[in-house]
Amino acid sequence: MNSQSFDKANLICGILLILAGIFFAYQSIELELGTAFRMGPGYFPFILAMALILFGAIILFQAFRVEGEPIGPIAWRGIIFILAAPIFFGITVRGLGFVPSLFFTGLIAAFASHKMKPLTAVVLAALLTIFSIAVFSYGLGLPFQRFGPWVRF
Amino acid sequence: MDLFNNLLLGFQTAGSIENLFFCLIGVLLGTLIGVLPGIGATATIAMLLPITFQLEPVSSLIMLAGIYYGAQYGGSTTAILINMPGESSSAVTAIDGYQMARKGKAGAALAIAAIGSFFAGTVSTFLVAIFALPLTGIALQFGAAEYFSLMVVGLVSSIALAHGSIIKALAMVALGLLLGLVGTDIYTGAPRFTLGIREYADGLNFVAVAVGVFGIAEILRNLENERTREVLMAKVSGLMPSREDLRAIVAPVLRGTAIGSVLGILPGGGAILASFASYTVEKKVSKHPEEFGHGAVAGVAGPESANNAGAQTSFIPLLTLGIPANPVMALMVGAMIIQGIVPGPNVAAEQPALFWGIIASMWIGNLMLVILNLPLIGLWVKLLTIPYYLLFPIIMAFCSIGVYSVNSNVYDLYAVAFFGLLGYLLLKLRCEPAPLLLGFVLGPLLEENLRRAMILSRGDPSTFVTRPISAGLLFIAVVVLIVVFLPSVRKKREEVFVEED
Repeated sequence: MNSQSFDKANLICGILLILAGIFFAYQSIELELGTAFRMGPGYFPFILAMALILFGAIILFQAFRVEGEPIGPIAWRGIIFILAAPIFFGITVRGLGFVPSLFFTGLIAAFASHKMKPLTAVVLAALLTIFSIAVFSYGLGLPFQRFGPWVRF
Repeated sequence: MDLFNNLLLGFQTAGSIENLFFCLIGVLLGTLIGVLPGIGATATIAMLLPITFQLEPVSSLIMLAGIYYGAQYGGSTTAILINMPGESSSAVTAIDGYQMARKGKAGAALAIAAIGSFFAGTVSTFLVAIFALPLTGIALQFGAAEYFSLMVVGLVSSIALAHGSIIKALAMVALGLLLGLVGTDIYTGAPRFTLGIREYADGLNFVAVAVGVFGIAEILRNLENERTREVLMAKVSGLMPSREDLRAIVAPVLRGTAIGSVLGILPGGGAILASFASYTVEKKVSKHPEEFGHGAVAGVAGPESANNAGAQTSFIPLLTLGIPANPVMALMVGAMIIQGIVPGPNVAAEQPALFWGIIASMWIGNLMLVILNLPLIGLWVKLLTIPYYLLFPIIMAFCSIGVYSVNSNVYDLYAVAFFGLLGYLLLKLRCEPAPLLLGFVLGPLLEENLRRAMILSRGDPSTFVTRPISAGLLFIAVVVLIVVFLPSVRKKREEVFVEED
């Protein structure tokens, strides 16, 4: 553990909160603020955004006072594959349809772990798809197209 | 006897074949996810919300409630068997329960946990039934100012019960409230913070936010370093606790139930606090405090009763005021709104069958848990050996289906990815997601009541302190805030949460 004179987590946290606060404050000003009597759409969010900036500033200030624990490992591989799964599902569910879209969603997510072997992943995704079709599409009758326009001939 | 008639109505509703079936599904699912690590009750309920659309309102709420207390139960099973609490509220159970298991008393520990939980569940179900109506009466006198103040109390308590830095928790509430305001302004129709994306005009999907911040963030954290779990338990034998064990748990169970019932009502996650409080009390009053940490029976019985009692009584603020006490209750609010029920004091009067049906189902559900879980423990132990890398693709697929089926809005799926990333970031920065989610749910309500109260008072903010109920509530909020900032309490609070980790 290398010794740092400041707490990295709090530093990042403070900066991000202040940035988020500025974003919301700026957006609120563009809306009508109104008065305390008749509050406009921007009034309450503006107060909250100011509070957020204040809290962010306090956290930032604290970051330089105490040394913190290290942030620890970051699951980069997990982030890439896990977050890609719902996005892929969102992009393809209408075009490809429920069945192929779900199969690939499961497959993508499966590769987030380095322990997963390709064959296991394919089998798992296939079983998962069959189960989901049976339960959600046939069992619960959710109104999904099983195969979409992209894969129909 | 009104109470008697009401309970009768409740048991008639909950006792129908259909509702019994959904209650059973709920508790089984709940136990399952409580046992499986890496996925908590919050994420599961979030994923299952859309599926409940097709059901009757009563059935769907009964099932969701079943998942909630089933998960508490399942969490204790893993806490005892592998020293890994499936739910944060059973973290305390792991301390002594796991030690009992190592001494070969796993069966007894599981049975004690089950008996304690069942007793606590029975008592607190009656408490909910007794207190729900009078509280509803008070709630009916609430105006905009009172609702605003009450929500402030809820948010402040969620800060008090969050881990770590109080300032961070405050920031999370503010961020959550802001995220809750995304969408169209109800008074002027102006779109707010939607970044020009029309699909977000109705606001961010609550299910997407909850699944992202709780479910996906948790998966990512588990992927950081994939350990292989070792199931220490070869077999669970001797389920019946000995006579002296049974005698030893009577007092802890009673105390735990009392502590849990009171703390559960507090908004902000009482069940977790309850189990800690109960453990501390048991350790203090015990004649053999040195046994604690080495398999003390009271250290299992007390906290288990307390967390179950707390889980039940946390329905009181939801059913009477429509204010969620914890993230799971926030999801229940979501479920009620989806079913077209506005949670709040009117539910008891307008939908007595629903209201009392849910209360009665809690007791039935607890009974099912005792009957089912003891024989099924072998099965649950087997499930523990499923490797994690097989689980999360399944979880991700169900998350995607669940979120998409709420509104068939693909932007909700992008929101899941975004909030998953945000949740993971917050986790890494040691920020608690629970206050954020509570803020998110209460954001629109809070703003609406603030604006209404200010219009009614013609712009005079003193309305919040001149109306007695509102002033009382705000006073409570201020006291809670002062207390958590007191240096001595702060230190104590840190100790409690360190112990949990």
